[in-house]
Amino acid sequence: MLTSFILRALDRRTSIVLLVILGIGILLPVLNLATDPSSPFHVPTYVLTLLGKYLTYALLALSVDLVWGFCGILSLGHGAFFALGGYGMGMYLMRQIGDRGTYGNPILPDFMVFLNWKELPWFWTGFDHFWFAAIIVLLVPGLLAFVFGWFAFRSRVTGVYLSIITQAMTYALLLAFFRNDMGFGGNNGLTDFKDILGFDIQADATRGALFFASALALAAGFWICRAVIASKFGKVLVAVRDAESRTRFIGYRVEGYKLVVWTLSAMMAGVAGALYVPQVGIINPGEFAPANSIEAVIWVAVGGRGTLIGPIVGALLVNFGKTWFTSGMMAEYWLFVLGSLFVLVTLFLPKGVVGTLMAKKDRKPAEKPIEDVVAPGAAVQAAE
Amino acid sequence: MNTPIDSTKVAHAKAKDSLLYLDGVSVSFDGFKALRGLSLVIEPGEMRAIIGPNGAGKTTMMDVITGKTKPDSGDVYFAGDTDLTRMDEASIASLGIGRKFQKPTVFESHTVWDNIDLALAGVRKPFATLFHRTTKAEIARVEEILETIRLTDKRDWLAANLSHGQKQWLEIGMLLAQEPKLLLVDEPAAGMTDAETAETAILLKEIAKTKSVVVVEHDMTFVRDLDVKVTVLHEGSVLSEGSLDVVSADPKVIEVYLGR
Repeated sequence: MLTSFILRALDRRTSIVLLVILGIGILLPVLNLATDPSSPFHVPTYVLTLLGKYLTYALLALSVDLVWGFCGILSLGHGAFFALGGYGMGMYLMRQIGDRGTYGNPILPDFMVFLNWKELPWFWTGFDHFWFAAIIVLLVPGLLAFVFGWFAFRSRVTGVYLSIITQAMTYALLLAFFRNDMGFGGNNGLTDFKDILGFDIQADATRGALFFASALALAAGFWICRAVIASKFGKVLVAVRDAESRTRFIGYRVEGYKLVVWTLSAMMAGVAGALYVPQVGIINPGEFAPANSIEAVIWVAVGGRGTLIGPIVGALLVNFGKTWFTSGMMAEYWLFVLGSLFVLVTLFLPKGVVGTLMAKKDRKPAEKPIEDVVAPGAAVQAAE
Repeated sequence: MNTPIDSTKVAHAKAKDSLLYLDGVSVSFDGFKALRGLSLVIEPGEMRAIIGPNGAGKTTMMDVITGKTKPDSGDVYFAGDTDLTRMDEASIASLGIGRKFQKPTVFESHTVWDNIDLALAGVRKPFATLFHRTTKAEIARVEEILETIRLTDKRDWLAANLSHGQKQWLEIGMLLAQEPKLLLVDEPAAGMTDAETAETAILLKEIAKTKSVVVVEHDMTFVRDLDVKVTVLHEGSVLSEGSLDVVSADPKVIEVYLGR
């Protein structure tokens, strides 16, 4: 059942996208490791890490698009799920430091020693195992999304109201994680990581592996989204987006559909966060900032919501732009650029870059039906 | 002590042979009484036209039957013994009550085919739809419905590209796909050309051969085309009931429609 569900989604376009993502995922680390730094084909490690970060952003954008583009749920708080996944991974990486921290405590991370804590809080138990952290990375964002969605969707909170509560959710988490006594490192967050799965986190080979893992996760996320959208479930999602009450009156319990896709999307965002943290080397409460979630929405809007390739392209484009722009003297104007980008795209490219290109490509076969629709009206006018 | 239970039982007994039974239904919004003690009985297999001036409570009545609005008081029973006031939209729809909106509401970014396919009676739960594979029987059923609503040649069109009248038919087709026992149709002829209106009347009469249909309509020519029993609503309750000729001769109806 599951295999046929997954295989059904594998049409030509999907296969090409998957091959491209995985191809890049293998090629760039190879160019980094196997070529001489003087070679024109050499990819420096810092570029590899930067692009790896972009890939995790692309996965976050994909998760936002799954709920916004296909089910009409505009989340302004997906950064929360991303950050929670990041903290899950961060806690594992903290435990891997062992006695190499500044205070040399084999059990307690530095910030706990600094706060004069004597033992590990209960919620840090198990994070010395990678498998445990990996489960938490999926489970915690998924559980938060499930509980949040259970209440919000059952009470039929929709549209702008829902967007505002998602924003409030991520802001509340931001404030909570800033507190030192929460036990997550306060405003400094978690950093100074040394090893992941026993490998030096700074080593080129580890960076390459993390880059490949990010590409793999993005490809898997794309495939899963594609399978969901291609199924009858996916058609119901689009139906909810187009006419929610009609969907109810033909017998679908809309809140169940929203809850499933919302939880799935949050888990994808959690995985993205978990892959982000070892590559940037830090996770702090700033990741919960509402602005981050809004940025993710802008990536989706720029790329094209309601297409699955769009958010990936959008996340890459906007972040290339951000890196390029903020490294020059115009750096302080970046937020103005981002803001105007959002306004301009909404006004002139409502379907986003990919959506517009796809509409152009598909226009030819669609032309005939449109003419036919006009014809009866024209006939009536002629008769008058 | 037992009075509330007894009264339910009495209502129950009266509802026994009916398909739809409304008794003393009242609904108010912020003090405005949209329905006041509305009572209505639809027999199995019956087709009924409901007319009434704006604000008579026609749409609120549909909302109550389909579970969108909960009545403040009164009984609503389906098929004699199912209490509709305790159910939500999705479960009422699964019981076999289909509803067509005043403004045609179809899934614009889906094809005509997918619109019907989604409405088709069958899987409704999220995980069932996730792994569902379209069966041959389903394909045949969709094709049959497309034939009935005269949209076979437009099956691959996006619903957004259909004309107003075609959207109305598509929506009726979606109702048929649900295989309902009772169809509630809100102003099916609104915004249609005369030819489309006449054709819609034929279509509805065809449907009424196998199902009960309640039609809310403003257009008197259309109601005459349907040629069925008419209920006149006014200010949230029934003003008059009978054939179109009887009700249009009723002095109360004339007063409401033509003013004093």
